[in-house]
Amino acid sequence: MSAFFDLFITFFKLGLVSFGGGYAMIPLIQTEVQNHHWLSMSVFTDMIAISAMAPGPIATNTATIVGDKCLGFPGAVVACLAVTLPSLLLILIIGKLFIKFQNHPLVKAAFYGLRPTIVGIILFAAVKFALSNGIIGGSNLIDVKSAVLLLVAMVILIKTKLHPAYLILAAGVAGIVMFG
Amino acid sequence: MKWGEFKMEKKKLNYKLLLEIFLVFFKISPITFGGGFAMIPIMEDVMVHKKKWIGKEELVDVFAVSQSVPGAIAVNSAIFVGYQIAGIPGALIALLGIVTPTFVIIIALGVLFASFQHNVHVQAALRGIRPVVVALIASAAWKMSKVSLVDKTCVALCAVCVVALLLFKSLNLILVIISGALLGIVLVQVQKAQRQASAQKKVRGEKL
Repeated sequence: MSAFFDLFITFFKLGLVSFGGGYAMIPLIQTEVQNHHWLSMSVFTDMIAISAMAPGPIATNTATIVGDKCLGFPGAVVACLAVTLPSLLLILIIGKLFIKFQNHPLVKAAFYGLRPTIVGIILFAAVKFALSNGIIGGSNLIDVKSAVLLLVAMVILIKTKLHPAYLILAAGVAGIVMFG
Repeated sequence: MKWGEFKMEKKKLNYKLLLEIFLVFFKISPITFGGGFAMIPIMEDVMVHKKKWIGKEELVDVFAVSQSVPGAIAVNSAIFVGYQIAGIPGALIALLGIVTPTFVIIIALGVLFASFQHNVHVQAALRGIRPVVVALIASAAWKMSKVSLVDKTCVALCAVCVVALLLFKSLNLILVIISGALLGIVLVQVQKAQRQASAQKKVRGEKL
């Protein structure tokens, strides 16, 4: 039971601070997954790939599938509930108030500092993922094939509006050709 | 438009309306690949034009708040719209509607993955996919930086954040986020003081 409680508290906490939605939550989940030894980093990366391929918010998808991997279906339900509950509570309690105060100088100032911090955290997550998957920092310093895939994907994601699901499928095919 | 207008007029629960809200979000959920922002035009079409549940301006406010409040934008905006239409029951039913389909899909994909993950070809495919996941995360940072890093101070703050996180591995991310917000308030105050000081200097200079 305490494992479920732990899962609930962890994702509830993350739901409360995940400003910027989706990808901002990934580094937070990653840290918790590491600290709790829930999943290995490569499995966690695969879970993110699945979450990005599936429809729906990547944050709730990732939470659900991590819960599922840790404690089976009940774990998935608990994690999904826990990560969305803060949204529900916050909107019911401060939603209408926030409409009035969103242009308040103090709120604006807080977001002025908050946004760059979130960008920094996501960038940091990208570096960490590259390290833990051996794309950089491995025995060859840079795994050339992986680095090429990363750069090509990066250009496509920035320059086009192609949905990530197609990119992930294409990368799977490329993987079979390059690493198979 | 006033915010109280969509408050429930009748005390009794309007089950038909709740069911309709559930179905609308249930249908929107799986077709909004890419979540959050992809949902905005579809929500507008359904909520504002077809169902006439909410005014366009109100929906704009809803999205603004949904982006500022923690959590997934799609989930936040569903909860908020549900709340505007039918109070707390509406918020709950909208949340259920938006989450259920994607929940089922992700569980199914997870099961599928578990049964194929040890296949050699799947292993090779995953080696190709992992760098793309890194690219996805990096590109999210890139896209967000365009609206977040509005001046040099923001760029510096972002850089300090990355370096600090790389150097001090045990930094608590939640504390980092809170510090970012507090630092924002301090920085804006400092900028204001600087502007005032330079303005005063200018005035003094003109007097002389």
